[in-house]
Amino acid sequence: MIMKRELITDAVLVSSYIKGDENSLSILIKRHKQKIYSFIYSKVYDRDITEDVFQDTFIKVIRTLKLGKYNEEGKFLPWVMRIAHNLVIDHFRKNNRMPKFDNSTDFDIFSVISDSSLNAEKSLIKSQVEDDVRRLIEELPEDQKQVLIMRMYNDMSFKEISDNTGVSINTALGRMRYALINLRKVIDKHNIVLTN
Amino acid sequence: MAKLYIENSKHNQILEPREETVNFLLNYSQALSVINCSKSKLKFEALLN
Repeated sequence: MIMKRELITDAVLVSSYIKGDENSLSILIKRHKQKIYSFIYSKVYDRDITEDVFQDTFIKVIRTLKLGKYNEEGKFLPWVMRIAHNLVIDHFRKNNRMPKFDNSTDFDIFSVISDSSLNAEKSLIKSQVEDDVRRLIEELPEDQKQVLIMRMYNDMSFKEISDNTGVSINTALGRMRYALINLRKVIDKHNIVLTN
Repeated sequence: MAKLYIENSKHNQILEPREETVNFLLNYSQALSVINCSKSKLKFEALLN
C-alpha cells in the first residue's frame, strides 16, 4: 500500500484533490510535512510559531486548490515552500511592528529597567569572551575568516564584501554561513563556554 | 578544520508537525466548500460543520 502511494506523483494527487478526493491531501501532507516543517523551523526557531506557520501555509494551499487558482506549471513542493517562506516573512514583519513580551516566565520589571552598563567583573568577562572568539576566528579557513571579519568587525554589507573580495554576494553569504557553522562546531567540539 | 565539513551535526533531529495540526488541516479541508456562482462568475467559500 505504501509502495503504491509513493508511485503517485504530486501532480496526480493535486489533480485528484481538486476533483474532490480528500485522501490525496492527506498523502500530500504526509509526504512533505517534514520538509516544510523543518524549513519553517530553520527560520523561526520556535516550535509553536512553526506549528502556526505550517498550519497557515496549508490553509492557503487548501483554499488556493479548492478555488481553482493553482497554477499547474509549477511543482507542488516548491510552491508550498514559497508560501511558507512568505508567511515566515509576514511573521517577522508583524513581530517587528508589534514587539511583545514573552510571558512564558514570570515578568520581571528589573529585566526591562536594569542598568545596562557593565560592572568591572562583567566587562572583564566580556573582554575575555571577545578574545576567545577572536582566537576561534583565527582557526577558520582564510576565505571564511575574511568575510566574517568584514561583516562582523568592519560592519560591511555583503555587497561591499563582494566588491572588496571579488566574489559574488552569494559566495560571500555562503562563506559567512560556513564560518558560523564551523565556529559553532569548534565551540561544541571543545565544550567552550562563551558567556557574558 | 577540514574534518568539520564532513562531520554530522549532533543537532540533527526529525521535525514534524503535531498530529492535531495535521488533523485540523484535513478537517478544515473537508469542511471547506467552494460555491460557484455561474451567473456572476463569483466563487464563495463556505465552512460546513
